[in-house]
Amino acid sequence: MSQVRGDSVSTPSSTIENAVRVEMKRQPLPSRDRLEQVFEVQDLTAIYGSKPALKNVSMEVHKNLVTAVIGPSGCGKSTFIRCFNRMNDLVPSFSQTGTIRYHGQDISSKDVDPVAVRRTIGMVFQRPNPFPKSIHDNVAWGLKVLGMKDNLSERVEKALTQAALWDEVKDRLKQSALGLSGGQQQRLCIARAIAVEPDVVLMDEPASALDPIATQAIEQLLHELKSEYSFVIVTHNMQQAARVADMTAFFSISRGGEGDRWGELIEYDATEKIFTAPSDKRTEDYVTGRFG
Amino acid sequence: MSAADFSALQRPNDRLRRRRVANRGMEILAWLAAAIAVGILGIVVWSVAKRGAAALNLGLITKSQVQFALPGAAEGGLANAFAGSLVVVGLATLIALPVGILVAIYVNEFAPPSIRSFVGLTLDVLNGIPAIVIGIFVFGLLVVGHGYSGYAGGFALAVLMLPLVARTSIEVLLLVPGSLREASLGLGVPRWRTTLGIVLPQAIGGIITGAVLAVARVAGETAPLLLTCAVGVSNNADFNPTHPLQTVPTAIFELSESALPADHARAWAAAFVLLMFILVTSLTARWLAERTRRKLRRAA
Repeated sequence: MSQVRGDSVSTPSSTIENAVRVEMKRQPLPSRDRLEQVFEVQDLTAIYGSKPALKNVSMEVHKNLVTAVIGPSGCGKSTFIRCFNRMNDLVPSFSQTGTIRYHGQDISSKDVDPVAVRRTIGMVFQRPNPFPKSIHDNVAWGLKVLGMKDNLSERVEKALTQAALWDEVKDRLKQSALGLSGGQQQRLCIARAIAVEPDVVLMDEPASALDPIATQAIEQLLHELKSEYSFVIVTHNMQQAARVADMTAFFSISRGGEGDRWGELIEYDATEKIFTAPSDKRTEDYVTGRFG
Repeated sequence: MSAADFSALQRPNDRLRRRRVANRGMEILAWLAAAIAVGILGIVVWSVAKRGAAALNLGLITKSQVQFALPGAAEGGLANAFAGSLVVVGLATLIALPVGILVAIYVNEFAPPSIRSFVGLTLDVLNGIPAIVIGIFVFGLLVVGHGYSGYAGGFALAVLMLPLVARTSIEVLLLVPGSLREASLGLGVPRWRTTLGIVLPQAIGGIITGAVLAVARVAGETAPLLLTCAVGVSNNADFNPTHPLQTVPTAIFELSESALPADHARAWAAAFVLLMFILVTSLTARWLAERTRRKLRRAA
């Protein structure tokens, strides 16, 4: 978890200006087979009831990178990342086929405990959803429940610092988290997720409900934290993917007869390649704004 | 669209006038219906209070009952009934509250959708069973062979309370935003821990509201208690649930058949106390419910 690659670390002091240009300045990624795999998805098909939401997705996610999932609404982006931490199990009509290997182990089979999966694969949701508890307890509750009770206050401080929230809240840790602004609440949710020391953090459009300043703060965080965690981030916003992601997967909607529609992985490559030299026409249309 | 027709707005128009009259008429009818509902409550409270006023004093609750044939019968109170009601309703709450909450938690947090609707239907049917039928059921189950007791009465009231508590608890749990459950489950917290640590603290106010309403509802139940616990009762305050216990509604029923005018007055006074208890608990419940709703809206 602590191995830091020169190619994947950005300067913490980057500002909005160079963040926008990050795709131009990003150093080339080492070839894919030299990167350590976190997830290996094979032939994943996700179904709600009898309607497939995703068909035949195969891709891998690498360690200590930010992997973005982009695509138009309804292309199954959220469904896709919710397969990684078995969050779709909460939907009664959901079923899936294919395999998702996490460090080599199949986590999509029925005999794997989804609670254990979610324990190492954290998640940040689209809308900030802090617990109706104090700022401190929002971070500490998960730690306590999961048995990480030693050095509680240090762990809370570390997580809040990593989420770039500590300075803003250190004097009011006892106050309700619901009094924070939307951007602060989302950073608190990130702190809550990383406090329990996950291996991967999934983010489902984490900035879609936030203003540009708060969005920038979250993106900054990704740059700083990816040396410790691997991120998979769903985003609706292509500029965001261009700014934060090392690898980008483009999903699109395919249509069959009788009005069927499902999401498909069109192209998966280094972010720079996706945005400057996509190999599929549909990717090019999407990233140049011709549709979606 | 031409602008020419706007002058029609100011012209008198028969059809418009008819509509206005019909509208006014419906409004008055609806207002009258509401006034009747409020009026009936007012009349009930007022007439019960007026008739019970003579016997309405602290002695009603503290003094033992004196049988009407004995000297001093007019000065007696209904301590036995108030003590009995306290024990029986308390027992019912102790049984129905935890079971009802657990039913609601199961239905809302754990059950698959098919079982969810089945249990919901069951609760509705249970809620619709007449109290006298539940009285007979408990009579056959607990009284035959064991005798009348506060336990039997408490159990009968608990059966009546259960669907009320479970139903309101289910509704309150539904109000807890799903995003909070996701947040906790997403951390790798098991479902039961999420329920106890995140969901229940949010819902507890509303659940208590439901419990308070259910208490108010069963405190006035008479039929099941006549069949299970209010036979062969003591005239003195008795808090032992293994004994047959007098209760307020059954005391009202018995005193209303007495030949003694003082007994009638006592029945009215007891009815007034019961009525006030139900009014106050219902209002408290409403206030609690409003507070919970506000809290949940903030969390959503």
